[in-house]
Amino acid sequence: MIHLALPLFFSAVLFATGIYGVLARRNAVMVLMSIELMLNAVNVNLVAFSQYLKGRLLAGQVFALFVIAVAAAEIGIGLAIVILIYRNRETINVDEISLLKW
Amino acid sequence: MSAQEIAFGIVGAVGALSAIRMVTTNNVVHGALYLVVTLAMVGGAYLLLAAEFVAWVQIVIYVGAIVVLLLFSLMLTKAPIGPHALDNQQRGLGALVAAAVFAGLLVLIQRAFSGIEFNAGDAGRVAAGKAQAVGSSIFGHFVLPFEVVSVLLLAALIGAIALARRDEP
Repeated sequence: MIHLALPLFFSAVLFATGIYGVLARRNAVMVLMSIELMLNAVNVNLVAFSQYLKGRLLAGQVFALFVIAVAAAEIGIGLAIVILIYRNRETINVDEISLLKW
Repeated sequence: MSAQEIAFGIVGAVGALSAIRMVTTNNVVHGALYLVVTLAMVGGAYLLLAAEFVAWVQIVIYVGAIVVLLLFSLMLTKAPIGPHALDNQQRGLGALVAAAVFAGLLVLIQRAFSGIEFNAGDAGRVAAGKAQAVGSSIFGHFVLPFEVVSVLLLAALIGAIALARRDEP
């Protein structure tokens, strides 16, 4: 037997860590890595509830797979943008890339 | 404490600690390697929840593909090493926001889900985590979202190539 709160707690730790990483890191690649952490936290929740509720459609696990696919697409586009910015500006620090900030 | 809970506790503690190390380390490559540990432990958590197919997908896509992509881009862009080079001025505010979110989630979990337990190892849940069950759900009920995701991946592929290639006349 396993308490449902255990995977939810694990996912809360991952999500809070991801929020800290997104807000505190300067390097754009590190920010993308922190976003991956938050997506993983969501996936842990989805899988835990799917296995707890025993639904006929297994929607939690299927949506976890969709989130993984969307995360792969997001990381591909994000890293392409990062490489492009590095090629043009010689930096990927997010606080120096403030061209559009009022 | 059951064996499932002890195993999940170990996997979760290792994953959470390496996630925290990932956002606090002063070396970006070490950060990427800590991310590998965290993602592998999330895969282990899926296995302990008897979601076998999602666990192997997690290992193959995240540890196999995404981390390699991240390491490539870390090596292609030079990153300075040191605490002041990697964190910005919002560090304290970020820690505050993260702590507030964590406290809110903790209260929510404690109020709504404390005391609920289930057996992750029973035959129905093990069968629900296998590729056969997940596949028949994807290709039965969720076939339209699946096709939309495949179009999204194609669009992301074309977009990434169009963004990253050098335009040479």
